[in-house]
Amino acid sequence: MTRATLQALLSHWWRNPLQLFTLLAGLALATALWSGVQAINAEARASYDAAAATLGEGQYDRLVRRDGQPIAQSTYVQLRRAGWLVSPVVQGRLDGVRIVGVEPLTAPGGIGPVAPAEGGDITAFLSGEGQLFATAETAGQLPDLNIIVTPEAAPGTAVTDIGVAQRLLDRTDQIDSLIIVPGQPKGRADIEAIAPELVVIRAQGTSDIGRLTDSFHLNLTAFGLLAFAVGIFIVNGAIGLAFEQRRPVVRTLRALGVPLRRLVVLMAAELMLFAVVAGIIGVGLGYVIAALLLPDVAATLRGLYGADVSGTLQLRPAWWVSGLVIALGGTAIAASAALYQIAKMPLLASAQPRALAMAAGKRAVVQGILAAGLLGLAGVMMFTANGLVGGFTLLASLLIGAALALPIILDRVLAVASRTAQSVTGQWFWADTRQQLPGLSLALMALLLAMSANVGVSTMVSSFRLTFTDFLEQRLASELYVRTENTEQSEALIAFAQGRTEIVLPIQNADVAIAGQPTEVYGARDHATYRDNWVFLQQGSQPWDTTFAGQTVLINEQLSRRAGLNVGDEITLQGRPFVVAGVYGDYGNPIGQAVIGEGVFGMLYPDVTPRNYGLRMDPAAVAGFVANLEAETGIPAVQSVNQANIKAISLAIFERTFTVTTALNILTLAVAGFAILMSLLTLASMRVPQLAPAWAMGMTRAQIGKLELVRAVLLALLTAVVALPLGVALAWALLAVVNVAAFGWKLPMYLFPIDYARLGLFAVLAAALAALWPARRLARTPPADLLKVFSNER
Amino acid sequence: MSVRVLIFVVLWPMAAMAQGFAGLGTDADGFSVPEPNPQFSFPADHGAHPDYRIEWWYLTANLTAEDGTPYGLQWTLFRSALAPEEGDGWTAPQLWMGHAAVTTPDAHFVSERLARGGIGQAGVTSDPFEAWIDDWTLEGDWDRMRMTASAPDFAYDMALTAQGPLIFHGDAGYSVKSGAGQASYYYSQPFFAIEGVLQLSDGDIPVTGNAWLDREWSSQPLADNQTGWDWFSLSFEDGDKMMGFRLQQTDGKNFTSATWITPEGETTPYTDGALKATPLAVNNADVPVRWRVELPDRGLDVTVGAINEDAWMTTSVPYWEGPVTVTGSHAGIGYLEMTGYE
Repeated sequence: MTRATLQALLSHWWRNPLQLFTLLAGLALATALWSGVQAINAEARASYDAAAATLGEGQYDRLVRRDGQPIAQSTYVQLRRAGWLVSPVVQGRLDGVRIVGVEPLTAPGGIGPVAPAEGGDITAFLSGEGQLFATAETAGQLPDLNIIVTPEAAPGTAVTDIGVAQRLLDRTDQIDSLIIVPGQPKGRADIEAIAPELVVIRAQGTSDIGRLTDSFHLNLTAFGLLAFAVGIFIVNGAIGLAFEQRRPVVRTLRALGVPLRRLVVLMAAELMLFAVVAGIIGVGLGYVIAALLLPDVAATLRGLYGADVSGTLQLRPAWWVSGLVIALGGTAIAASAALYQIAKMPLLASAQPRALAMAAGKRAVVQGILAAGLLGLAGVMMFTANGLVGGFTLLASLLIGAALALPIILDRVLAVASRTAQSVTGQWFWADTRQQLPGLSLALMALLLAMSANVGVSTMVSSFRLTFTDFLEQRLASELYVRTENTEQSEALIAFAQGRTEIVLPIQNADVAIAGQPTEVYGARDHATYRDNWVFLQQGSQPWDTTFAGQTVLINEQLSRRAGLNVGDEITLQGRPFVVAGVYGDYGNPIGQAVIGEGVFGMLYPDVTPRNYGLRMDPAAVAGFVANLEAETGIPAVQSVNQANIKAISLAIFERTFTVTTALNILTLAVAGFAILMSLLTLASMRVPQLAPAWAMGMTRAQIGKLELVRAVLLALLTAVVALPLGVALAWALLAVVNVAAFGWKLPMYLFPIDYARLGLFAVLAAALAALWPARRLARTPPADLLKVFSNER
Repeated sequence: MSVRVLIFVVLWPMAAMAQGFAGLGTDADGFSVPEPNPQFSFPADHGAHPDYRIEWWYLTANLTAEDGTPYGLQWTLFRSALAPEEGDGWTAPQLWMGHAAVTTPDAHFVSERLARGGIGQAGVTSDPFEAWIDDWTLEGDWDRMRMTASAPDFAYDMALTAQGPLIFHGDAGYSVKSGAGQASYYYSQPFFAIEGVLQLSDGDIPVTGNAWLDREWSSQPLADNQTGWDWFSLSFEDGDKMMGFRLQQTDGKNFTSATWITPEGETTPYTDGALKATPLAVNNADVPVRWRVELPDRGLDVTVGAINEDAWMTTSVPYWEGPVTVTGSHAGIGYLEMTGYE
């Protein structure tokens, strides 16, 4: 009997290949969206990690020559023999590939692919022709060299022994920089005494850049979560439809005496088989999506970190697993509800669409209660949520609550509309639309989620960019920044700047702890630069006047949040009390910051001498100033930073984050559009009995088709209207809850009505496109089929 | 000290890790091999022998502070050749590894340095004698020497004065390591008086004591079936000294060898089987830190026990090395090294 039942169940699909396609495509697309986003995310992280690890870029302090020239190899040996644990690095380009030469015996762990602890043939690496480690892509560019292919190598980079690199780059006895290995021995001489031409470049640390990276990855993760939600709805829709379509089969089988339990088990097994097939297709599709999007992601990260990110994708087992888990898990969730319904269904219940709608009415009550509960929870959490878990719970309850509420809201709106309808056709249109709602609701929920995700993520990224731009204006207000090595240079700089600049602003700070929080205290010189450019989140009256007068302190948002300090509260520095006069935004900074007047700073921290200076001057004069500064005082140009450059680089980064976000936006909308298409296609055949009377009463098939199209656009439009506030709420949750939990600062939210309007247009367009084919099919239904409705009961 | 650090045939941490200490039984292809009846020539033979695969300058010392606290100290420079030539620049196939350690009754500090030959970062010159890696040095004329090492958590600066002659192990410096005939050149200066200052985190500690400097080189020191060794250098209160080792074999048997040294520097070599070493107790990591050592020919039957049981060398190739006390038929102090216990 099992065999016969299975045959009967499967035969349904052979007779309805379109439904089979809908089911598989829905599952595959949901999986594809999820695994695509995950793939991009994982690849971006892996590439960045590889790039960072290759040179320990930013991880370690380094020594370079003050004048930017190569370091002599003998200097390296001198330093080692004086007890300095340093490791040489030489780099250069060969046939477009960055060649990095490292010394594996002295390099700190985690540098290069052949860290001594990890395996690999050191003899081949060190002697003879040498070995290079690179990705397969890079290896192709250096065909004549002995290259070991490893996916762990940084993109566009080949790592090799320093001796080999010196030979390949024709740089015998030259070293570009010396990595200072952590854990230096006791009692070594000062660098100054051994090699005065060298200067220490401090590790960038994981602080600023790392935090921004994390923020970017959090964006992608949040997007992945939303994609998952969209995917689950699509899977749910596909499965739900598949079951509803097969109710007659189930009814017949049960009437023939197949036990309910066996039927349910068989259907579940059949679905899991489909889930596996669709999951595999989906992961493959996701890979393609990711591969198409990856050049942009790579460009974004390259801009962010100046490090190369691989433009090709490595298939990682984790995606296969997570993709299949999504397909199977999604199917299981969706199927359990459907199977439950089958189990509960009266033996002879048929699958009349109207009956479905009536049954949906009962379900709607449960759904409504659930939606209200979730939205209520979201409402409460908006004010109380803290921490990442709280933030993501808020996001989830907001999204699912809204999605569940959507059919109810649409139903109410349509009910009101049908009451206002004047003509018979109008009344039929509204009523028919309402009746279709249950069949379309899952697809519409997917559209809702896709749209609100788009609104939310775009709002967040755009707000981030605007805030950051303002912040750069505030923090990089001086036209030129100059670092000095010693007091003589500082004095020379100040003397030279006299008359050539508007003002010299020393940048000096001391590391302290305020209320247990590690904090940098800055001493600021009274100038309009600060008054004009700094934006406060909270402020007392005349915060700068009192601060420059030495009475008050200004603190950053991180310190304010972590230590619970607000305007009017008091802190002590070196035993002296200060009242907080203002709280300012300080994006990207992991630790606390406080600003006091220059005079009082000098009294409290007499040992701190400024080594960095901001110089205000005519922007056009900057280049000439730097050149003359080097010529007259010997302060090399490498110690000067033109702020226009920094700003330009920083802004370019955020332009690029857009490319990725936009691409993902379009993708989710397309998938949601596909869900609508599939729902409409499936409904179309079931709807013939409803349409036949309308046709019989004189409506042309063309009119019916047109109304189908209008209906889809109308439903999409209504969904878009619901999606807008949901998207804004989502953005708010991301900016004000998740970001605070993850990074300690709250981003102000900006709204972008034109973007939203464009998104709405896209959504409607997607829905219209999706409805086009089903509408055409309806318009071309042979009259004979319509007539059949009246001749028998199907 | 024999076989001792043969460990480092393959300096290569990685290679050694993959092969274990058994990797020391590698073929000697292309390298010179020790021959019986060696003719040493000094000071040249104090320097490096690049045509042999491995070589070391290995100093251990038993020290005492003014308050009577015992300390152990180690300074070692290993040479490991990828090819039998000296070479120049980065392509030189000579690799160097330094190990330094200070052992107190309740702590053990270890540091390791690695360097390439050919660029001046590490090496050994014979006249004047200097062995160095980075800022660690052992220099002097073998009558008076200076030795330094530094690490983040310790440093030392020691003066050594020879109180007796060089002594030669095995057959006049030709030390057999297995029944299959593997051997090394092996001589020692066990008569150094040492004094200097240990810098530890709680301050400088002036110390005095005696030190034992081993020189050994070879190309294929272990047989294929030998996986590690236990090496003893013992100084007895009556002035006699003994070097002994036991090589562990995969067949469950051992290969032992010993040299008895009188206060005047006269030596008596003992071949396989004369020395017997039996583990009595292990530490937390299953490394035997108490031994019964017997050399019936000398009436020796002693218990050798670690001063600090946790003298584990957390270096690329880990092993146990630390100071010991000797009780039983003879009383004294010494050093114990054990490999192959990872």
